[in-house]
Amino acid sequence: MVQCVSAGLDVSFAALSDPTRRGVLERLGRADASITDLATAFQMTLTGMRKHVRVLERAALVTTEKVGRVRTCRLGPRRLAEETAWMEDYRQLWDARFDELESVVEEFKRKEKVDGRDNGA
Amino acid sequence: MDATTAHEPMRAESKTGVERKSDRELVVSRTINAPAHVVFEAWTRPELFQRWWVPKSFPVSLLSCELDARVGGRYRLVFGHEGSTMEFFGTYLEVAPHSRLAWTNDEEEAGPVTTVTFEETGGRTLVVVRDLYPSKEALDDAIASGSTGITAMPESLEQLDGLLASLDASAAPAPDEARG
Repeated sequence: MVQCVSAGLDVSFAALSDPTRRGVLERLGRADASITDLATAFQMTLTGMRKHVRVLERAALVTTEKVGRVRTCRLGPRRLAEETAWMEDYRQLWDARFDELESVVEEFKRKEKVDGRDNGA
Repeated sequence: MDATTAHEPMRAESKTGVERKSDRELVVSRTINAPAHVVFEAWTRPELFQRWWVPKSFPVSLLSCELDARVGGRYRLVFGHEGSTMEFFGTYLEVAPHSRLAWTNDEEEAGPVTTVTFEETGGRTLVVVRDLYPSKEALDDAIASGSTGITAMPESLEQLDGLLASLDASAAPAPDEARG
């Protein structure tokens, strides 16, 4: 189990140790791209870029899909998981905030009722 | 009534919805059990606002809260955590009593514009909070930084505390510490 985890980390660190691969992740964060797009952007051969993408794929940082002759790359489950985790933190903050808002408005409603009675009297 | 509640598999945990509506927009929604005018007051009167904006479960306190909820009016919130402070401020762009509020978030360079709408149905109010960032990059950066506004602060301050502690440790021990 521990070995599995550390093997996973090794793969990620290896994947992220290269500046081109970090650049590819950053670029895919903005939009999906084909291997050809990426090779052009990083002034590399198709073969060279394919190797980088395969390393990122193995680390689950990127997924690819081949449609016709074009292989499209996008951010993989691991990057998406980070966003999901953030969204959950954000949701919890607002959930707690709204719970407190509920109790503040409850009290305010009761007070309004009492004030209303006072005014009527 | 109670029986119904007990048998319902409780949607309580999903009362608050969060969704990334587009590349640059985050939307939070929740129905509050009160009429819109009451909820609106709680969003615009400082003495009410300061009682709920920072949930009690968060180790942060709201040190001061100034809200001038008029179009063009400013707001300023100061949070404190163990001696450090952090400010949030901006300007109200829209204030439509009991239905809509919008303000800027000026404490950061590419901060979002926040719009809140209040929609009353049968004595309950649907509150929708939209944070519209200037660009996809700005929202991505906010997410990547791990900051959710107040939630990230305790952590970052803890890191600062840790840093200060390590600096202290390398210096001569303070008299208090020597005694303790």
